[in-house]
Amino acid sequence: MSLLSVSGLTIRSGDTKLVDDVSFTVGPGDRVGLIGESGSGKSLTALAVTGLLPPGLTATGEVRLDGVDMIGAPERQRTAVRGPVAAIVFQEPLTALNPLMRAGRQIAEPLRRIRGLRGPALRSAVNEALREVLLDDTERIARSYPHQLSGGQRQRVAIAMAIACRPRLLVADEPTTALDVTVQAEILDLLDRLATAHGTALVFITHDLPVAARVVRDTHVMRNGRIVESGPIGALIDHPGHPYTRTLVDSARRFDAALERTARD
Amino acid sequence: MTDTPTSPSTPPAAATGGAPAGAVPLVAADGVGFSYRGGTPALTDVSLAVHAGRNVALVGESGAGKSTLLRLLLGLARPTTGTITFAGAPLTRGRLRDYRRTVQAVFQDPYSSLDPRHKIGRIVAEPLRGLGLGADPARVTEALDAVGLPADTASRYPHEFSGGQRQRIAIARAIVGHPKVLLADEPVSALDLTTRVRIVDLLASLGAERDLTIMLVSHDLGVVAELCEHTAVLEHGRLVEQGDTSQVLGRPSHPYTRRLLASVPRLSAQPPA
Repeated sequence: MSLLSVSGLTIRSGDTKLVDDVSFTVGPGDRVGLIGESGSGKSLTALAVTGLLPPGLTATGEVRLDGVDMIGAPERQRTAVRGPVAAIVFQEPLTALNPLMRAGRQIAEPLRRIRGLRGPALRSAVNEALREVLLDDTERIARSYPHQLSGGQRQRVAIAMAIACRPRLLVADEPTTALDVTVQAEILDLLDRLATAHGTALVFITHDLPVAARVVRDTHVMRNGRIVESGPIGALIDHPGHPYTRTLVDSARRFDAALERTARD
Repeated sequence: MTDTPTSPSTPPAAATGGAPAGAVPLVAADGVGFSYRGGTPALTDVSLAVHAGRNVALVGESGAGKSTLLRLLLGLARPTTGTITFAGAPLTRGRLRDYRRTVQAVFQDPYSSLDPRHKIGRIVAEPLRGLGLGADPARVTEALDAVGLPADTASRYPHEFSGGQRQRIAIARAIVGHPKVLLADEPVSALDLTTRVRIVDLLASLGAERDLTIMLVSHDLGVVAELCEHTAVLEHGRLVEQGDTSQVLGRPSHPYTRRLLASVPRLSAQPPA
């Protein structure tokens, strides 16, 4: 059975369709990309999958996460799958982090609530979570408030929170877009390694095709709320079928080619 | 198209268009250092020249000192040590007006850099008023046309435009007074990939058609390779490497430059299926 199945998902704001008849599935350990530019509906799809759509938007169709109906089920059932089944990492880690709470306490919160850890066991689980995202100096990081950390450290803390309860699916929405390029490479490696180590399925959302190519296996290209093309990412890059996919590939190749020219000159 | 820089009072032969290295640079930082009050130096001994016709890239990551150097080059702050020169002579307060005619800027965020209360026509004309040229609608129309926007754009408001269109408007504002140098601070990093390509194409064509030299601040090495002839790499406030882009990015000699290059995501490096 699929871990996540989305079928005919449509999201409306009033009469406007923001996401239009989107269907895809994610099995255990899969790496699925949702690629699209501003307004393509990719982030709303991610929010719908995790049951976090903002009020004012209405979703129809079906989203099943580990069997739970993420559109129709009562809030309590939807909350129950967030954390142990699926977790989300956002572009801007400050979205997920409470500015008034030390990083250690924020990571401890899901460990306490979902895994029921207390006292020394909780403390060592927090340290373990920080080491897992390759933050050494765990004591200092745990005591820090978000504003005392760099952008890369914050995103690592947000990832540590997301994976603390070993979700089977991690949804990452542009997790590296706000970061410097060397930090971006480190975070992509980290996500890659963690997903492999724990068999976590990944839904990776980005506008940046080369970034997706680094972590994703299968991908769906979205435009104006619809999926216009799907397939293994290597095949899409080598043989884009839809004109929009071709434009994306050509755009990325422009800058690739410019860099390769410098190496040849 | 009349705008040669009005010759400043003490210039060595400045107006040699398309000059190679060795000629007098349009704008230069000469051994520049800068410390924020009481802080550690943000810049140390930075020398960098912008020559007519050779686009310059300033590459580095958060906290490297790129924005500080840009502030100095815009005349918004004065270096603690060293000098900023304009057409071969130190940039003094008295020369700032001339300088502003010659050097204009575009910033990263096309959403916050345009005043939402004003019509585009007024926004684009702003540098003209500052330069005492008057808000000539013909110049505004010409600048909008140069960035590929129709004349009726002038009567609309910023919120009516997409990110890429707003960045075009910001570029129109920067070029309306026919500057010689455009300082572009991460002008495409907030834009989608397909929009990025179009804005880079626009910058390249403006450079060719308007005798405009671009100094690009960016961490996107693909954009740098596409647009700039000269590249300078800034790390912790120091220039660790600079030279021809093909040299610096093609055969990087500094470990930091190599690390930046290795971090660039590329289509050619796909994971196994």
